[in-house]
Formats: sequence, C-alpha cells, structure tokens
Amino acid sequence: MTQINHLIEIHGLKKKYQSGDISVDAIKQMDFFIDDEEFIAIMGQSGSGKSTLLSIMGALNHPTQGKILVDSLDLYSLSTEQRADFRSEYIGFIFQSFQLIPYLTVLENVKLPMAVTGRTKKIKNQMALEVIDRVGLGAKAHRLPDQLSGGEQERVAVARAIVNKPPIILADEPTGNLDSKTAEEIMLLLQSLNKDGHTVIVVTHNQDVKTYATRSIKVQDGECFA
Amino acid sequence: MKLHNISFGNIKRRKGKMLFLILGLVIGISTVVTLLSITQTMTRNIEERLNQFGANIVMVPKSENLSLNYGGIDVGGVSYKVREFDQEQLKDIKTIKNSKNLSIIAPKVLGPVTVKGKNVLLMGVLFEEELALKTWWHKTGGAFPEKENEVMLGSQVASLFGFKIGDTITLSGKPFQIATILNPTGASEDDAIIASLGVSQRLLGKQGKLSMVEISAFCQGCPISEMTLQIAEKFPNAKVTAMKQAVMSKMQSIDMFKSFSLGVSILVILIGSLLVLVTMMGSVNERTREIGIFRAIGFRRGHVMQIILLEALLLGIIGGIMGFVIGNLIAYGIIPIVIKDGAFAGINANLGIVSILMAVALSLLASLYPAFKASNMDPSEALRAL
Repeated sequence: MTQINHLIEIHGLKKKYQSGDISVDAIKQMDFFIDDEEFIAIMGQSGSGKSTLLSIMGALNHPTQGKILVDSLDLYSLSTEQRADFRSEYIGFIFQSFQLIPYLTVLENVKLPMAVTGRTKKIKNQMALEVIDRVGLGAKAHRLPDQLSGGEQERVAVARAIVNKPPIILADEPTGNLDSKTAEEIMLLLQSLNKDGHTVIVVTHNQDVKTYATRSIKVQDGECFA
Repeated sequence: MKLHNISFGNIKRRKGKMLFLILGLVIGISTVVTLLSITQTMTRNIEERLNQFGANIVMVPKSENLSLNYGGIDVGGVSYKVREFDQEQLKDIKTIKNSKNLSIIAPKVLGPVTVKGKNVLLMGVLFEEELALKTWWHKTGGAFPEKENEVMLGSQVASLFGFKIGDTITLSGKPFQIATILNPTGASEDDAIIASLGVSQRLLGKQGKLSMVEISAFCQGCPISEMTLQIAEKFPNAKVTAMKQAVMSKMQSIDMFKSFSLGVSILVILIGSLLVLVTMMGSVNERTREIGIFRAIGFRRGHVMQIILLEALLLGIIGGIMGFVIGNLIAYGIIPIVIKDGAFAGINANLGIVSILMAVALSLLASLYPAFKASNMDPSEALRAL
C-alpha cells in the first residue's frame, strides 16, 4: 500500500482561547489536508475560526490540541526560533489591510522578508524588483505605502509574500478592503501565482473567491466541512 | 534590506520621540561632563595655587633632640649646632620612583657668622632654586645676588645693623657687597644673611654639607605621602616631612565637591535612563503590529532584539556626542562664573570617549527590557490586532 504525502495535514486540531474564567472554543475539531499546488478558499463567517486556523497553519499560533504537518514536518514540535525559520522559508503571508511598514518604500517593504536571509544586496534587489514588476508596480518601487492606492498596497503585500519564493501563500481576507474590480485583479494575481506552483490558501467570507479556487473548505463554529 | 535599515527608518520616522530619548541621554551626559570639568578646573586651580606656596616636603638631618622652638620663639637659647648631611648624596633624590614629580629642590646650609661682633644666621642657598621656590620674596631695590661676593639681607638684619643696598658687609673677615635687602616676610629669612651655597659652606667650614633641603613637589596627581616615604628610604639619616596640612584641607573641599558631583551625576543619569526606558517602552508598544509582521514573515526573536538595540546604540552614540559637546559648552560658559580666576580646562578626549561609551551603555541597558519584551511578543497576539 502506498502512503500519500500531502503538503499540509491537519489532525484533530483544537484551539481554545482562555481569558480569565471565560474560555472560547475557536476551533472545536478539524481534520483535513491540502495538497501541493492547490488553491484553497477557506470560507466562513466572522468568528467562525478561519483566521485562527490560518495563524495555526502559518506556525504563529500554538494549537490547544492536535497536529499540523507541513511537508511531513510537525510544526509545533519545533522550537520558537525553528518556527520563525520555517515561516521565512515556507510561508508567504498576505495580511488583512495590507500591513505594510509605513516608513519603508515599496522596494524596502518587499525586501523585508529577505532581511534575515543571507542573500547579497544585489540579489535581494534583483529578486524584489522582479516580483514588484510581476505585480505591476515597477514604476512605483520607490514610493512610500501612503502614496499608493488600496489595490496597489495589496499588490505590494502580495509581492512581499512571494519574494522569498515560499511554497505556501496564506492570505487573510485579501479582498476585504478593495472594490470589486481591484479585488478581481488581486484574485487573478493569486490564481496566476498558484499556476506558477505556489500553494495558495485564502481565508475569506467573500463567496466570489470560491470561483478562483481549486477547492473550498467551509468553516463554521470551529469545525470544517470540505 | 538589512536589519539596520529598519532601525534607521524607525528613528527617522519617529523623530520627535527619538529626540526626546536623546534629550534624556544629553541631560545625563552633559551634567556629568559639566560637573567633571568644574571639578577638574577646581583641582587644577587649587594645585596651581599650592604650587605657589613653596615647598611641601622638607628634609632635615635626623636629630634625637626635640625642638625648643614654637612660633619662632626659641626657648632653648640660640644654638646653631645643627647636624648636616652630604651634598653629594642629594643627587640620589632624582632616583626615587616619582622623580618626575619633583619640581624644585632647594638645598641650604645654615650656620652662624659674626657681623660687628654679633652672631647672625647665614643661610647658603642656590639662588635660582630658592627664588623659584620663594615666590613671595620681594626685594626693596637693587638686584638678587648673581656673583659669589654678593649677599642679600633679611629686613631685620639690615635694619639692626643699618645696612643699605650697595654697602659692604664683612663676614668672617671677608667683604661682601649687599646686592639687595628683602621686604619683611614674617619668616626666618628676616633674621638672616643669604649668600650663595658654595660661599656659605666655605665661610661656615661646612664644605660639601647641607643643613636642610626644601622640595616643591606638588603637581597634578602627585602622591605627596608616597614621595615622602620614597625620599626617606633613600636618605635614612634624614627626617623627611610632608607639609600636608594645607594640601589636605584644600583637597578635602575638592573631594566633597567630587562626592556631590557624583551624587548629582548618578541622580541625573538615573532620570535620563528612566526617560530612555519609558520612551523605548512606548515605542515598542506602538510598534506591536509592526513587530507582529516581522515575526510572521520569519524574523527570529534575536532579530527583533537587534532592531531595538541597534536603535538604542545609534541614539546612545548621538546622545553621547551631543552630551559631551553641550557639557563642555556649559562648562566653558559657567566655570568663569563659579570659580574665581577659573578658566575652562580644555576638551578632554578621554572624557569624550567615556561619555559616548557611557551614553551607549545607558541607552542599551535602558532598552534591554523593552527589546526583550518586543522579542517575546507572541506574533499571533500581535497579529490579532491587525
């Protein structure tokens, strides 16, 4: 019997938040897998536990129970610093509301994930300019984030997420702050990244996102329904 | 993109806060520099004055008799039977460990000579050394003796015998010209005839002998007590005494001011550090979101600490340089006001280096906790605020 290795495997995942005497089950029970080069849309209403799931998959949030394997690597058996290295190498984050560093230019924001890598300045510049061109902002590389439109800022966030060429891109509500036309452009950009070999996982409540994904997972009340 | 670009970028973006932080360092460092400069000037000032007071080490032959003299009144009758030591030995004084601190060495021979049937004290000196040491000797006219056949009279001797400048005085049958007469000094020289050392030794029959040596050794940082011991070791037959009283009382005042300065400096530095700590904490709290992003994109805890501490290092260097410059400017302006006849001692490069190092250490220490807090921030908690 041949064992199939998935890119991401989630087994018996539970997450409980405790604040004083009050505890909230953000994730009650989840078991699913994601394969390499999939485009997954994790759909759910606000408070359904989808963002918690994303942060756990991104090695940012320790689960209360369960296991998450990425490339057969048990994420939460790693030390804090090893998880930081894992994020640097495997994950590209696209945060809600872009989350660019306001005092850094587009080029510097995109180069940020490479600040802790050993690449030379020349290579860093070359790689950053390549992805900036890819997202269509080549002419605005030296602008500050507040000199860009919302859609352009989102593109910078995408460029920052892919600059280290991570196999997995995690996006939290990437269309949340955009008009429908810009949202469509961003989703097409994510789709093209998926076609280039990135595994894209998007967390959203926007039903339109499903149309770009290869598969969707519904999250409701801390449980998932594939 | 390197970690220092993030630190520089943050400093540039938060100019107001960073200036406030630098201000804390500048206040601390400039206070220390100003107080140290004032103390340094005070010490130098007092030392210069003490140098003008003349000898502070006196070397006389050891005697088993107690002195019968108090306040210039001799109760044991006039006795000039003094013991001597060899002039040849005196060169050994240059071999003591602190010989470079020896400023003036003024040897003397003392003995009685007869003038118009009366015994008078003859003091043989090396005029060059003696005049450098006794800056308070003022002549009434004429010139200080330069030739072997010239002498100088104390005011009492001149008045007692009615001598004037240019007169001839006969000492032990030999004629000498009175080159000058000293103004009254209130000390022993008022009652003495002062001639050159060699001539006096011959007149007194004490060739190659010395009755006493006065030494001026006070200079910045001279360990007078140690030097006294070093001289005493070289001259076992001599009694070497440090005239410490004046020095000690002055130095005690300086020591008290130094203690006060130290206290004020510590207090101001503590306040400065607190200012740095509070500003850095505020900066870290404001940057929760940013730190969350750094951690999420793969920065290690150490990287976050490096960013914060790099900022602290840079601000420490700026604060140290500015504090040193401002401290010196304040000292330059304030010293002539607070110290009579005081002049700014000049820029001390070593103090500059210490100031910068101190500011950097202060800034880094005060930023250690904020940096630690930032590096330990849970990225998921930080990102929950996104």
